Amino acid sequence: MELLSNLALGFDVALSPLTLVLAVVGCFLGTIIGALPGLGPSNGVAILIPITFSLGLDATAALVLLTSVYYGAMYGGRISSILLNIPGDEPAMMTTLDGYPMAKAGRAGDALVISGVASFVGALLATIALAMVAPFLARIAYKFGPAEYFALYALAFATLGGMASNNQAKAALASFIGLAIALIGLDNNSGFYRFTGGNLHLADGIDFLVAIVGLFAVSEVFIFIETHGKSSAAGVKLGKVTVPWAEMWSTRWTMIRSSIVGFVAGVLPGAGASLGSFMTYMMEKGIAGEKGGFGTGVAKGVAAPEAGNNAAAGGALVPMLTLGVPGSGTTAVLLAVLMTLNITPGPTLFADRPEVVWGLIASLLIANFVLLAMNVPMVKVFVKILMVPPAILLPGVTMVSFVGIYSLSGSYFDLVLMIVFGVMGYAFRKMDIPTVPVILGILLGYQMENNLRHAMTLSGGDWTYLFSSPIAAVLWVAAAAGFIAPMFLRGVLKRPPVPDSANED
Amino acid sequence: MIRTDRIFGVVVILVALAYIASAYNLPPGNIFDKLGPKVFPIIVGIGMALSAAAMILKPDAEPDWPAAKSLLSLAFATAVMIGYAYALRPSGFLIPTAIVAAILSFQIDPKPQRAAIIGVGLSVGLFVIFKYALGLGLVALPRALMG
Repeated sequence: MELLSNLALGFDVALSPLTLVLAVVGCFLGTIIGALPGLGPSNGVAILIPITFSLGLDATAALVLLTSVYYGAMYGGRISSILLNIPGDEPAMMTTLDGYPMAKAGRAGDALVISGVASFVGALLATIALAMVAPFLARIAYKFGPAEYFALYALAFATLGGMASNNQAKAALASFIGLAIALIGLDNNSGFYRFTGGNLHLADGIDFLVAIVGLFAVSEVFIFIETHGKSSAAGVKLGKVTVPWAEMWSTRWTMIRSSIVGFVAGVLPGAGASLGSFMTYMMEKGIAGEKGGFGTGVAKGVAAPEAGNNAAAGGALVPMLTLGVPGSGTTAVLLAVLMTLNITPGPTLFADRPEVVWGLIASLLIANFVLLAMNVPMVKVFVKILMVPPAILLPGVTMVSFVGIYSLSGSYFDLVLMIVFGVMGYAFRKMDIPTVPVILGILLGYQMENNLRHAMTLSGGDWTYLFSSPIAAVLWVAAAAGFIAPMFLRGVLKRPPVPDSANED
Repeated sequence: MIRTDRIFGVVVILVALAYIASAYNLPPGNIFDKLGPKVFPIIVGIGMALSAAAMILKPDAEPDWPAAKSLLSLAFATAVMIGYAYALRPSGFLIPTAIVAAILSFQIDPKPQRAAIIGVGLSVGLFVIFKYALGLGLVALPRALMG
């Protein structure tokens, strides 16, 4: 019953005209961002953050807009997977396997409808699960002290780094680089400046929004200059869109199973939507067996990964909201939003700012219905937008990034810093060093250090204190397992190759 | 030839050593803040150096760096964007944005006429959206002209 009264509070917030408009705008923009190759949920949300703040929206409104974009991007990613055989973003990669064969067989409309409905089922179930699981987890999180939080951050780095990379050393390096960047600037506890080299611009530290936009958005333009946007191949024509009811009904269990697995994959820190869609596709392929015809263009082959990745997107919000630890690149970006709004995610968020949490959950539920309408009957609109050539899109994205960062600080120094992060993002992608741990380090570095210092002060300098409580011990073991296990599993669970145009989710 | 990972690893180790040295000069902790501002940065620096060392010992295959010509055009794009960062305040939004957008567009798809149109279109279009729809305080033209 508590859940219902909480949801009532949420809908009270979410049903204001402004919030509704923002949800619709967010869904629309999100679907476009997801559909366009070269723009994924993480860089799409990233370039919109500075603009959202310059608009002066309040916390709930900004969150509703940006999470609608996030959900929308998860829906939109499938459109270019199916029509162009290019995933609009990384989680939509598995959708190409059966989606594109269906489109080549003249069934693009069917594939879009079934995957759209699968996205809806996955996202809706995940949002409901989020509403039920998150308050429960928040109650556990109340027991966390500084030692537990320090262990939790270590766990986030270990699993995110372990999963997101092909080389453990490079994932660890990326995390440490992020942490090192986070420590630049004034140390609030002691009042000393660290690592500024006497540069006044660095005294306040490096704004994580500058780093995020540089690493995620500006780096993209370099990739496109190098490849001349060759990846945007000509697509398949989309005929009349009808709803294949019987075929859709036959995928009902696939959708439900995939939603559950996807949600669990999303809740695990570091796993994220890409793993969700990968696991669900492989699971359904196994259940269907040889006769299932996976990979030749079957309905279940588009339903499974789409339900999976949308459910994972909802699941990834659970650790982000309850613990302040993001489960994926995009939730890391959303965490940056919360931190900029002076909202500290974690258990206290549920007690102190219920209107933010429940307003967000309610508007996600609304956003899902909006997205279903946009992605099934109105899908043709987005197919038209998909044909925007990269020669317009990428310069546009770059200019929006510049204006966004400039409008935040009005400083040329931040713009130059953003370009430096863009070059860094390009080089790191070339060297196969994941950029998400860098962001995570910049976001969490300050709190990680504070918790460590707090824990050490409490214990009088005894380092074993970090491992002394049962919760902390479990978290450390999980962190070690999350970092080491992928080394051995890599041979078994071979990740499919990531096309250049895809982004970290 | 496995070079990139090793060269980068050496660079990171040097940076990490400088980072640790810089942290070492910070004051030690006290009873209210046991670790003080120096311990965590030293841990991070050591972690950086160790993971870079692991990268040097076990490097991945060489990444497919673009040919010299592409690298040159990437460097050019970087220079253009840095120039834009410095030009934005004194020269207003419209002119630098049109130039930079046109150059980037040309670099992605070398069609000069189309790139010029895209540059002007993006500049004017974004200005209208940002200034009038979103209400950001952008300055259109060079300050000297605006009085």
